[in-house]
Amino acid sequence: MKKHVLLACAAAFAVAGCSTTGGSDGVASASAKDWDAPVGADGNAPFPSTYAPYPGRPTALVGATVYDGTGGRIDNGTVLFRDGKVAAVGDASLSTEGYDLIDGSGKFVTPGIIDIHSHLGDYPTPSVEAHSDGNEATSPMTPEVWAEHSVWPQDPGFTRALANGGITALQILPGSANLTGGRSVTLKNVAARTVQGMKFPGAPYGMKMACGENPKRVYGGKGRTPSTRMGNFAVNRQMWLDAAAYDGKKRDLGKETLKGVLDGEILIHNHCYRADEMALVMDMAKEMGYKVTAFHHAVEAYKIGDLLRENNVCSAIWADWYGFKMEAYDGILENAAFLRQAGACVVIHSDDANGIQRLNQEAAKAQAAGRRVGIDIPDAEVIGWITLNAAKAMGIDEMTGSLEPGKMADVVLWNDDPLSVYARPEKVWIDGALMYDALDRKRRPVSDFELGQPGEGDVK
Amino acid sequence: MKRALTMAASLLALAAAPATAQNVAITNATVATGDGSAPIEDATVVVRDGKIVAAGTGINVPAGVQVLDGSGTWVTPGLFATMTNLGLWDVGAVRESNDIRAGGSPFSAALDVAPVVNPASQHILIHRAAGITRAAVSGAASGSIFAGQGAIIDLGSDAQAVTRPRAFQVVELGEGGARLAGGSRASAQALFRNALLEAGEFERNGTITSPGGGRGITRQGDDIGIDSRMARTSRDRASDVLLTRFDAAALVPVARGEQPLYVMVERAADIRSALALKQEFPRLDMVLVGASEGWLVAREIAAAGVPVIADGLDDLPQGFDQLASTQSNIGRMVKAGVKVAINAAAMENPRNLNQYAGNLVALTRIPGADGLSWGQAFAAISSVPAAISGMGGKAGVLAPGAMGDLVIWDGDPLEVGSMPVRVFIDGVEQPLDNHQSRLKERYRDLDESDLPKAYDW
Repeated sequence: MKKHVLLACAAAFAVAGCSTTGGSDGVASASAKDWDAPVGADGNAPFPSTYAPYPGRPTALVGATVYDGTGGRIDNGTVLFRDGKVAAVGDASLSTEGYDLIDGSGKFVTPGIIDIHSHLGDYPTPSVEAHSDGNEATSPMTPEVWAEHSVWPQDPGFTRALANGGITALQILPGSANLTGGRSVTLKNVAARTVQGMKFPGAPYGMKMACGENPKRVYGGKGRTPSTRMGNFAVNRQMWLDAAAYDGKKRDLGKETLKGVLDGEILIHNHCYRADEMALVMDMAKEMGYKVTAFHHAVEAYKIGDLLRENNVCSAIWADWYGFKMEAYDGILENAAFLRQAGACVVIHSDDANGIQRLNQEAAKAQAAGRRVGIDIPDAEVIGWITLNAAKAMGIDEMTGSLEPGKMADVVLWNDDPLSVYARPEKVWIDGALMYDALDRKRRPVSDFELGQPGEGDVK
Repeated sequence: MKRALTMAASLLALAAAPATAQNVAITNATVATGDGSAPIEDATVVVRDGKIVAAGTGINVPAGVQVLDGSGTWVTPGLFATMTNLGLWDVGAVRESNDIRAGGSPFSAALDVAPVVNPASQHILIHRAAGITRAAVSGAASGSIFAGQGAIIDLGSDAQAVTRPRAFQVVELGEGGARLAGGSRASAQALFRNALLEAGEFERNGTITSPGGGRGITRQGDDIGIDSRMARTSRDRASDVLLTRFDAAALVPVARGEQPLYVMVERAADIRSALALKQEFPRLDMVLVGASEGWLVAREIAAAGVPVIADGLDDLPQGFDQLASTQSNIGRMVKAGVKVAINAAAMENPRNLNQYAGNLVALTRIPGADGLSWGQAFAAISSVPAAISGMGGKAGVLAPGAMGDLVIWDGDPLEVGSMPVRVFIDGVEQPLDNHQSRLKERYRDLDESDLPKAYDW
């Protein structure tokens, strides 16, 4: 049971939100280049991905309503994939010869759902102290830590996100206790024995930053700087100045990450609730020569949709969280709709091991709030908030996030409209491999932790 | 122009909140009565003098009753949110605004939220606009295994929020109780048994004097007695008592079985231990809260006749007491004959109740999963929590004589896109404005060409 969630959320750094909003178009695609930090003694980038797609069958999904992630909708559509890639997307006239046919009549097809803000693995379940690995809350600046070194691949949460949420890729971020929390890692939601086995090949790194209440509370509470919002900015600015002066002669893990940001190779994901603070952060980024890719938990983004559009910054947001802390007091249901109206980029995120199982429903709630104030946003565009827009803000949109030929065959077949509460994933493919099937009880991952426990292999 | 419209809308909203109950009939609507049955199309609901008069088809609207055409809308009883902290806080993390916990208090079971609930709380306003008309409110256990006495409130726009004060007592057993009791489940069990024995002792030996002069408690309607804990007794109790006099007095109605005891437990073994307490204290009127592993012991819960306020969608092993949690928990318990309400405390905020209920309907289409029919799912957020709260037949249901709490929705109320368009409590139409709706109006556009946004109100 999540007891008194509002309180828990407010108190725990782990759950403190970040939000990003991004315009539906004109979102700068982040660099998809591999991080080019100094290589190890073996000549490789450290901790390289060992993920390789599992085998799949050439598959044709026919007769379903297709939301392609780019805003396109095809009724009675056909989606073809083989060898791990999307081969073609079109109407019923597409030839399916050579493909296994799956009848999608009455069903819906979307790209795999992507969560830009998750702590799975870093704050896994069971959520015991021994598993609390998401905040290196010993210094307000820890650019040297990497979230992947905390990820426990056996977190049962990954399996729930797949089966109930259709999640095929996700970004794991450090928490928000620190102004600079460290590097994020983007994962394929494919069970593996190691985190390297889950790392999304070719995904750029992100770096987590946090505004506002959390850092000043954590360090102010320890009698250290920062203890105020102005302290937050002072520490941040000095950090950037020091990073810019780094000459690389002696390896420094933190400076390497910051340098990666200044070089545009590592994307900034900035937890920030208040509109006025986001505006200050965007100016700090201009002063210091970096770019904020996305504000996360941006509950007040709707107040500055124009600024966010002009600065080309996405807002990653919840549909309806509000009030659990002072900086979340002005959360409104229309946040996404107002951002979209202003031409700014919207991403719906979870920050939560339960919410990640229902990102489709969160997007639908945000859409409905818009409809009630006369902002009609087509279903197919709303699906983009949890697929292509998230992929853009994570720098993986050249590879996934939409159903377009040549892209990874990350695909969800829903048994109903995913913007309805009554819909659930029926099948989920990742790189063309069937990783979840509601109709086959063995086609469902069970983490090591759950073996031999009550409920092993249950529907969950 | 926009400002003028906004102002007009505000005036309308004020005008639409008369203090007296209206006599209204809604016709041609899809009506869900909340009793577990399927929705009825082209149906009518009649409210008169603050009460439901009729709901269904073939109903003649009495003369003198205003008729609203409900075509395209759904009409339901107001949602009943059980296990909330509505009205106890303003901002979760702003400690001075938050009355949920009292770890530093010398009292526990005696803590009574009834005088504390703030009817003007934004959370009450926001949840009223989401279609919740009644709620169970309690604090959280923090200084002891006992959280104190919860109340049933209405979310109406008036000064009187509390419908039933001291409607239930809350105790944490299991993992949470173990921590509060000093570190182990055994300690929680011992503390609990000791507390009930001390309360029994206090009842027998304490000269409980009510202001009216008689022994025992006085009653107001169906309230739990209000005077026992105020007893001005000077009689000494045994020297090894653990409970303060107030806490012991507060547990008297629990020991007598007059006040339901909400027991927070998750693990199957802890549920069995809780049910076993009923054998030692047969008068206990027990309700289980949480019960993530309830499905493993569903038949035992059903046989004990104990209702459950269960977390709707928990499916993670949040702790070692929830290893078997699954979204099918509620469906399986209901199938075994357990009366189950969806716990509003297990979601981000109680306005997600209908979304959670809708998800349980979705499960009926997943092989191997157990969910609820639409009617059962809606009952789990209306009539069932009302019944568990001692308001069976009075709230959470559209039945003759029930309170006139109803919501007109713009679509299927379990669907994520639906919202209330009108809300009535005790037959009184409610204003739906709040801090969020005002922000929405202000930021509908970002135009500041004439004046700053601060002048747009």
